[in-house]
Amino acid sequence: MTAPLLEVEDLKVTFSTRRGLVEAVRGVTLSLQPGEMLGLVGESGSGKSVTGFAITHLLDKAGRIAGGRIRFRGQDITGAGSADLRQLHGAAMAMIFQNPRAALNPIRAIGEQIADAILAHRRISRPEARDEALKLLRAVQIRDPEQRVKAYPHELSGGMCQRVMIAIAISCNPQLLIADEPTTGLDVTTQKVVMDLLADIAAARGMAAILITHDLGLAARYCRRVVVMEQGSLVEEAEPLTLFHRPQHPYTKRLVAASPTATSRVEDLVPDGERVPLVQVSALSLPPHGTPLLLDVKQIAKRFDDGTTGVADFSMTMRHGESIGLVGESGSGKSTISRMICRLIDPSAGEILFDGRAIGQIPARDFHRSEFRKDIQIVFQDPNESLNPRYTAFDCIAHPLLRLLGLRSGDRLRRQVEDCADRVGLPRELLSRFPHQLSGGQKARVGIARAIACKPRLLVLDEPTAALDVSVQAVVLQLLNRLRREDNLGFLFVSHDLNVVRMMCDRTIVLRAGQIVEQGESRALFANPQTDYTRELVDAVPHIQRAELALA
Amino acid sequence: MSAIDASSTLRHTAFVLRGNPVTAVAACGALVLALVAILAPWLAPYDPIASDVPQALQPPSALHWAGTDQLGRDVFSRLIVATRLDLTIAVTAVAVSFAIGSVIGALCGYGGGKLDKAVGRFVDVLMAFPLFVLAMAMVAALGNRVENIVIATAIINLPFYIRFARAEVNIRRNLGWVEAARACGESHVAVVLRFLLPNVLPAMAVQMSLNLGWAILNAAGLSFIGLGVKPPTPEWGIMVAEGARFISTGRWWLVAFPGFALMSAVLCFNLLGDGLRDILDPRMRT
Repeated sequence: MTAPLLEVEDLKVTFSTRRGLVEAVRGVTLSLQPGEMLGLVGESGSGKSVTGFAITHLLDKAGRIAGGRIRFRGQDITGAGSADLRQLHGAAMAMIFQNPRAALNPIRAIGEQIADAILAHRRISRPEARDEALKLLRAVQIRDPEQRVKAYPHELSGGMCQRVMIAIAISCNPQLLIADEPTTGLDVTTQKVVMDLLADIAAARGMAAILITHDLGLAARYCRRVVVMEQGSLVEEAEPLTLFHRPQHPYTKRLVAASPTATSRVEDLVPDGERVPLVQVSALSLPPHGTPLLLDVKQIAKRFDDGTTGVADFSMTMRHGESIGLVGESGSGKSTISRMICRLIDPSAGEILFDGRAIGQIPARDFHRSEFRKDIQIVFQDPNESLNPRYTAFDCIAHPLLRLLGLRSGDRLRRQVEDCADRVGLPRELLSRFPHQLSGGQKARVGIARAIACKPRLLVLDEPTAALDVSVQAVVLQLLNRLRREDNLGFLFVSHDLNVVRMMCDRTIVLRAGQIVEQGESRALFANPQTDYTRELVDAVPHIQRAELALA
Repeated sequence: MSAIDASSTLRHTAFVLRGNPVTAVAACGALVLALVAILAPWLAPYDPIASDVPQALQPPSALHWAGTDQLGRDVFSRLIVATRLDLTIAVTAVAVSFAIGSVIGALCGYGGGKLDKAVGRFVDVLMAFPLFVLAMAMVAALGNRVENIVIATAIINLPFYIRFARAEVNIRRNLGWVEAARACGESHVAVVLRFLLPNVLPAMAVQMSLNLGWAILNAAGLSFIGLGVKPPTPEWGIMVAEGARFISTGRWWLVAFPGFALMSAVLCFNLLGDGLRDILDPRMRT
């Protein structure tokens, strides 16, 4: 065994905040061999990113390494000064950040930015550095590098920007790459391309890498060894296969259970010991023959003012209590469709029938007065942005009751709000808090409580768990599933996460560039996709089963 | 519910002020100014317009704390009574331009389209004028009465509120909670007025506080050049203007005291701005 490239020993990092010192990393020990790719997995607040920042000495001012050692190439860099760090950064270790668009300078051509990184460490002329930049752009497989070298970040897609970031990171052939959630926010297919590229480059150039991610499947797919962190401590370290089949630590067990796979069901999302039996609902009584569909969307389209087409010719139907998934990459029009159905924006053409009544004719600006407003409700993507910062949780949930059911403040309102909170599992004492005093999962619950407060018949869910940690996602999905069964709600579930859609939805519609590519019964659709596009989507999802195959 | 809110607001205010003594001082100053303005007639030791020529141009003494002017009027009493007029002009003007400007701006920022373009160009035109000259022209045209000074000051402040509210609303209009409010049965107009505007209020409060100081200066400036309040009404600008004639003969108190009053009022409101934002923003509470 060769000497490790990086050794972290009992690392402790503290942050000074308004409420005193906070320990973000509490004694992490790990080591990395040259050329190895290590997965550092954990949920938000686990200290995984802070660990990465501490290794590269990029902690912000409030953070401080309070204890432990970091040895890089056998040399202690724990207290390295700024001159040493300039040597280290870029040349010996490089970092790839989560949001590539924010990490690139928006007013400088990408070729120049790569050349800047090269010139910081090597004594060559700028034209030579530019040539080098061109080579790097080729290495990260950017098409037409000769033209793109002069492009600005806003002219490139998110995936392209991340490739440029990778080009900058590898420009001086560092021995260690630290990738902090490099593909979060990218579409699955882009994520796969970028991660494949990153893994290939690291392997070809013999670079070691630390992949910091919240996605167990992703880490399992690309790393030989995975380290799991919880609340600043390292709880488990193992090969992916062992981790998934014989997780030792209770937290890892929970995490593994909560990560949806191609075969998991909603009720599987918690470990065996903690499973609650699902509410047994007597077989859904089929509506008598002749009952209109809950939702019948006929050839709706949306053209925007600038002439572009967001959605073209979209049709779908939904029975009472049915759950339909809408999947597609960013820009596929899935959010536009969900907002048209929710009657927040007007379609340019087509018809929307709700329970047999044409609601597409009512302009969106007047729909708030419609009797159907309370029947169609929506849960928004980012719980952090979907609650009014000036409303307490109580006010948020009470809002639709006051407006749509005409309740007055008083005991009756309080009782109803508390009922809603109970149904979504939100402790009553949290009702008086403002959104910023709640956790992500609690905010998600408030958003759901608000949407079900008026007992709607159709619930549009716009990526309801995209911004949540997997363990919170698991709980929220179970909650949604239970509510659907209890109230016989129709779900329109918009998501880019195929595994989630497969679990939650009876039928799925695959969208691309505003058009339906394929639709059908969820399990069949994903098991046996009929179009190349769907197949590409399905293949791009990092599955744990695939990791097994890769290692077998 | 509201009782809990009120006490937590008080506690939060106290917390912000403790951490930020400059704001606390500014807030005290603003409070004193407000009290003086309200209680002026009872606080002033002398009649501010009764002249007493034998006592003219006395330096500050135990009898006349800020001395007397060329007609023997007590400068201290005039200062106190002037506070009421100056603050009234400034507060009314700022309130009017805030009320009109923020609503117009918020509607433009939310709706966009033709209205936004039209209002945007109107604001550009308004801001192309030197604002003080514009105010002078308006007062000259409308006649120099107090209400016209208020109108002129309000109009020249309008563009700032329109632009500010427009920008602040524009960045928020696509957030989830705005759409959620619509799904909860609110109309577009209600969303703007009852949801977006209260949320941009903390940021606007800073602007208002800064503007208040500016409006005081503006009113005093108009009086100084003779386009504002007419003598013998006590007003800080007029007092400075009248006193300026006696500076060369060493009667400094005629200018120094009203000048100091002006400066401290403006300073108070400027310093108050930042602290105000911290107090009003619910996200700052923990």
